[in-house]
Order: sequence, then C-alpha cells, then structure tokens
Amino acid sequence: MAKINFKLNEEFVEIDTDLNRRLLDVLRDDFSLTGVKEGCGEGECGACAILLNHQIVNSCSTPLANVIGKEVMTIEGFSKTKRYTAIKEAFAEAGGVQCGFCTPGMIIATESLLNKNPHPTDFEIKIGLSGNLCRCTGYNLIVEAVKLAIKRGEGLW
Amino acid sequence: MKDISQSINKVDNDEKISGKAKYVADIKMEGMLHALTLRATISKGEIIEIIYPEMPKGYFVVDYKDIPGKNIVKIIYDDMPIFTTGKITYLYEPIALLVGPDKYVVNELLKRVKVTYKEEKPIFDWVDSVIHYEFKKGEGFNPKKNDLIIEKTYETSYQEQLYIETQGMIGYMEEAEKITLVGSIQCPYYVKNALIQALDVEDKLVRVIQATVGGAFGGKEEFPSLIACQLAVAVKKIKKPIRLIYEREEDILSTTKRHPSKTTLKALVRNDKIISLAVKVGLDGGANIGLSGVVLSRALIASSGAYTIDNLDVRGDVFRTNTVPNGAFRGFGAPQMMFAIEMFIDHVAIEIGKDSFMFRMKHLAKQGDYTSTMGLYRDPILLNDMINKAMEVSDYKNKRKLYEQKDSYKGIGMSVFFHGCGFTGSGEKNHIKARVKLKKQGDVVEVLIAAVDMGQGVKTSFRKLVAHILDIEIERVIFNNPDTDYVPDSGPTVASRTMMIVGGIVARCAKEMKERFSEENFIVEKVYEQPSYIEFDEATFTGDAYPAYSWGVNIVEVEVDPFTYQVKLNKTWSVYDVGKAIDERMVFSQADGGLAQGLAYGYLEVMNHKDGKIMQKNMTDYIIPTAMDMPPMETYLFDNPYAYGPYGAKGVGELSLVGGAPAVAKAIEQAIKRQVYKIPVTPEYIMELVNYGKD
Repeated sequence: MAKINFKLNEEFVEIDTDLNRRLLDVLRDDFSLTGVKEGCGEGECGACAILLNHQIVNSCSTPLANVIGKEVMTIEGFSKTKRYTAIKEAFAEAGGVQCGFCTPGMIIATESLLNKNPHPTDFEIKIGLSGNLCRCTGYNLIVEAVKLAIKRGEGLW
Repeated sequence: MKDISQSINKVDNDEKISGKAKYVADIKMEGMLHALTLRATISKGEIIEIIYPEMPKGYFVVDYKDIPGKNIVKIIYDDMPIFTTGKITYLYEPIALLVGPDKYVVNELLKRVKVTYKEEKPIFDWVDSVIHYEFKKGEGFNPKKNDLIIEKTYETSYQEQLYIETQGMIGYMEEAEKITLVGSIQCPYYVKNALIQALDVEDKLVRVIQATVGGAFGGKEEFPSLIACQLAVAVKKIKKPIRLIYEREEDILSTTKRHPSKTTLKALVRNDKIISLAVKVGLDGGANIGLSGVVLSRALIASSGAYTIDNLDVRGDVFRTNTVPNGAFRGFGAPQMMFAIEMFIDHVAIEIGKDSFMFRMKHLAKQGDYTSTMGLYRDPILLNDMINKAMEVSDYKNKRKLYEQKDSYKGIGMSVFFHGCGFTGSGEKNHIKARVKLKKQGDVVEVLIAAVDMGQGVKTSFRKLVAHILDIEIERVIFNNPDTDYVPDSGPTVASRTMMIVGGIVARCAKEMKERFSEENFIVEKVYEQPSYIEFDEATFTGDAYPAYSWGVNIVEVEVDPFTYQVKLNKTWSVYDVGKAIDERMVFSQADGGLAQGLAYGYLEVMNHKDGKIMQKNMTDYIIPTAMDMPPMETYLFDNPYAYGPYGAKGVGELSLVGGAPAVAKAIEQAIKRQVYKIPVTPEYIMELVNYGKD
C-alpha cells in the first residue's frame, strides 16, 4: 500500500492503495469510471483505452505505479471537451456505434490520433484505430466517423 | 411523410459514446459478492472426490446439491446440467461456484480446490450421432448407369462470437423469495423459463432484466441460461447480490461456438445441369445437444443454396463429442452450408468444363420454384438484377478475366445466397407464439416487447416504426430494455426475426392504436399470426420452412502475397434484398459488420481443439479483424417488400454473414489458381494448396 497522487480528468486525486493494481480496476472500482471497459484484460482489444499524458494506453496493462504524477484522462473527462462533441456527433451521424462496448475506447483512439495528426489519410486512420477491436461494425463506418470528425472539428486539433 | 428507410441517429448513441451506458459489469450493488466457476480439468470421466479448502466466513460453495428444481438448463433440447453431479463430458465443464466478498480471495480458494477424477477415454471423432434428419425432394438421388457423378467434401472449423463484452450476470433477491437477474442476454424469456425450471418456483417469483449488451451474435442466445441458473441457485442459497462476470479466457474456453462441419455433396449432371444433388452434413455438437438440432435443420434446408435443384437427397447428423458444446452463432448453420454449396457449384462447372458463372445462372432460384423442402418461393426473387448490379459496380467481368493470368496473385470471387427469415419450420406458430403490447399513456406510447438491442438498433428501429405509423415524434415513443415484469414474451432476439416477425405484430398494434388515438390511456395487445398459406411438417421436412427469404450477393477482391501467402482484402461489393429497410444506415452497418464476420470466417479466424482443449484462449491467438484488415465495403439495397413485414421488411441480421466466406474463398481460388475445400483459407492452407492442390 502506498499513497500516490495523479491528475484524473483535470482534477488532482490522491489514493492509498496497492501500486501493483491495474489502472483499469482503480478507475472502475475506486473512482466509478465505468466508461473504461474490460474486454480482454491483456492489452489486445483497447476497450479500456485512456489517455496518459495525452497518449493512448490500455489501462488493463498499466500498473497504478505508472501514473504517479501524471495526467490520466478517461472518456468521462474527455466527454467534457469540444473535441469530444465533434467526435461524438460524427460517430452518431456516420453510424459508427453498434453495441457500444468498444466505443469509448474508439473515441479515445480517435482523439489520440487527431491530437498527433490532425489530417490523417485513410490508411493512417486505420493504423490509428488498429489497437481497438470492434466486432459489430467491420470498421468502415468508424473510419467514416473519424473522417467526419476531422471535417466538423476543423481547427480543434 | 418521409420514407421509413431514411436514416435517423440512433437513440442510444449519446449514452454509449460517453461511456454512461450501463453494461452488467458496470452495475454496483451494496454488499455484492463475486462468483467464480470451478471447472473440470478432464474431458471425460467421473469425479471421485472434491476436497474444498476451509471456507472463511462469508464464503460459499454452490453446487448441484443446492438446486431446488431440475438440474437441467432449459434450452431447446434439455441435456445440459446446471452443475455436474459427477459425470464429466467436456473439459472445463462447470462443477460449482465459489462465492464471496473478495474476488481475489475467491480466486485463491478456487486454486486450492482438489478434484480427483476417474478418467475415461474421451470421444473426439464424429461417430456418436445424436440427431439424424433426412428428407428428399423429387426423386432424391437415383443415378442411372453411366451417369456423370461429381462428389466433393467441404469442411469448416469453429468460429467464436468474440463479443467484446464477455458473458456476465448479476443476481439478487428483490423481496422475500423473488429472484431477479440482470444480464448481458439476447433472450430474456429463455432465461426466465430456465430459472423457473431450475428453481422450481412460480412464474412471478423470477424476474429477468436486460442490461446494455456489448455484442452477442448468438453467443448470448442460449448460453446465458446456464450461468443464470447457476447464479440464481447461489442467490437463493446465500440471499445476497452476486455477480458472475467471465474473464476473456474463461469465456473463449467454456462457451458455445459455431459448429465445425463436414459436408459431402454429390451431383448427378446431365446436359450441363445438376439434375440431382445428394447432401450429407455432419456437425460437431460438442458435449450437449442444446440447439444443435435446429442448427442442423437450417443447414439442411439451405442445402441447395440460392439455386433450384429438382431432386434432392438430404441427410445430416449432429455428433456428440467430448468437447465444449456448440451453439448459436449468427447464421446458425447457414454459413457452413452456403460455403459448401457455393464452392461446389463452381467446382462442378470446372469439372465439366463449363463457365462457372453461366453454370450458376442456369440454376438460379426464381419466383414460383419449389424450395428444398417443396415449399414455394412465392415472392419475387431479384437475384438476376442484383447479380448484374454487383458485377457492374465491381467491374467483375473484366477483373475476373484479367486475374486469370498466371501469377496474378489477385482474385475476385462472388457468392449468391439467401437466408430464411424467422424461425425454421413451425417454430413461430408452435413454440414461440410471440405476444407484444403497445401502451398509450397520455401523450406517450411505450413499446412493450422482449426484443433486445445488442447493437443492431432495435431501440431505435422500433421507436421509429411506431412513431412512423402513428405519425408522431419519435420522442413520444418509449422503449426500455426488456424487463420480464413488464414486457410480454415476444420471443428471443434471434433468427433475423425481430423486425419482420415482432415488428410485424407491433405494426398491427400501432395501426389499431392509430384508430383509437383520441383515447387517453389504453393498451393494444396482439399475438403472432402465421400467414395462412404457410405449412411446414417438421417430421418430414415438407412445406414452407420460412415465411420469407432475404437474398444477397457478395463480391470480394483479394491479393495474395506470393511469398508469405498472406491474404489482403482489397474491396467488397454487396447487394441485398431485405424487403424494405426500416433504416438504411442501420441496415448498412449490420451489413458491414456481418460481412466482416463472414469474411473473417473464410480466411482469418482460426480455432481448433487438441484433445478437447480449445487451442486459442484469448484475443492474442484468436485473431479477429482489426481496422487494418477490413477493406472498404460498398453496399446496395434492393427494395422488395414482403407483405407481412412492417413496411415490407424481411430479415437483416444474419444475411450479410452467410455469403462472406465463399466469396473470399473463391477470390483466393482465383488468386492462387487452386481449388479451396475448407475454411479458413489461412496462409498455411494456401501453401499446402499451392504445393499439392488441384487447379
């Protein structure tokens, strides 16, 4: 057990717990941030993706110790931003959401991609989303959604 | 008024995108315990002794001795125990639940359980037939001396649903004696009926609520009834809220999958036409029969594919083996059969030296033809136009010619297929008897049905349907996740039946409601009425097996790497007849997703067992497509309204999966200039074909 501090969704937080715990469990169980999903528990599916210092990481493969003094952003925090609104509207309009279980992770992947590369090619979009598995859509409408978000959110990234 | 097909945004987009939607694992309850499953470590035998570690206070073992009712999960064929009484029939068969407040402690206790077995020799060969069906059309298969007979065998392997949300459920006591289960499920009433039997209680003492479902694809059709029964028994014993959420590995290793199949087709050919076809299908049912008989029926009825062949001799078996039970998966027997017949029609053409496209067109089903079971294709069949459209947009003819060149390593393949909409045979009329309610309360109308939105968009499409008929804003129509305390049994969310069958009844309710719309509060309730002309004899497989058929054409273009034999999909073009789209974009998204699963079934997804143990146990070694694997998909819809579907709608959900595998397999055939006889067509199989295969 150890007491640590990090920034979670724009707020400084302190927690006294085992530093070997998965960030995923801490977010879901201790902070009730259930938008972060567990799909595989081994870093393959991306349903648990979050932003760690603006970089996408799988929270199931991140021990809590790795976030000391860093900034963690989950879908709950990201959903308060303008960028989120642009991405959300694009996903809704393009039909990029089916069961929704992979969706928060896809949104985080989209943000991570556009933050680094505001005007990606189709190929770059696919690479950017390739760490996130979706079983419902076949990905095409998600790629369309990202393209639409780029158009709608012009200037935000 | 707008055409119903014009797309609207889905009503649950906001909650899903923002992460607010509550899936079962997101639900917290005061004092909730965790359950983990103790599983067998052998494939066949008897348990001699189980030694449990000492259970700390508040920790429990729940096994078959705790079941108040029948120790059988009520499915279609009742042969799956809730917990084993000692007999083990497959690896990882459930023995007991261990339950307690701390999941890590439960897991530690689980590891310390010692089970001793008396092992028996398991059966993995397909020798123990537990279901056999056969039927004939016309003269069956009676070749004369000197007739040309062509025989081929096709094999398909497992496919795992791999919904991104694993199986999960929460159970709790609501009031004295009443047990409520909240779960990731497709069929609330399947679960409820299973619980009534397991707990031996009155109908009103069990309640089932659907949580947001994170993908299902058939995997949450019958399987959840098993864990629901286990959990309900635990709740009854411990009287506290308990959650049972599978981890990925447990989910892959122990839940139902698509049946591996082996199909032998024999054609009697005269004057360049298949006069008669003999079909022999074997399915690996795994250790329990469950739904396998119905899967086999669907496969057998689809045995002549999208073609009319006057004489058929169709036989099929489900074999019991000591492997994980197989069950429902989108397509339900049709993908296996469509792969076989679609490959076969080409292979026969090649064997008799005819152009495979012309050969196919010669056999194409048309309106007025008899189906494989001597039912009638009553409605128009638009396949000719659909095929032309698909060929035109894909430039099929030119590409097909171009890629014929030696060493092109490119190929383009086409599949033509159908899917029977709704339950096979008399299922709707005799077994399901769907009932729906539409309730008007002041300004709002509530749709009360047991259909589950698992991503396909039921919540949106049904609100849209009712709003459209009543000519009111969609905001005035309510659709909550089904809760058996409130919704009638409109049947399971399966078999591409939801919009056509349940939607059909809801539409009739809405029409009546419209007549009486000035009344303040009232309910319209209706049951399914089978079209009077539909008759099917389940014993002899005669008559109309489905009230309607959806049709499809897939064209797929591939490249095969000449050195690694990796397959790259370049593009797909699809044309579907689903009657009438209730929402075009929702149909397109279903079409993409189904095709992705069908394509991957054909070339990518490898799953097999070794001595009863599934060799792929996580997302690292069971490969499903990523965004990098899936090509652009172009889709076109042909309107062809069906009289009894709402606005003419037929089935959508499964259709787009069934043609993917043969289309990609045929494209690969052209790219490597070899014949394909099994799926998935992996680089290893391509290498084998290139070295030893048939041109």
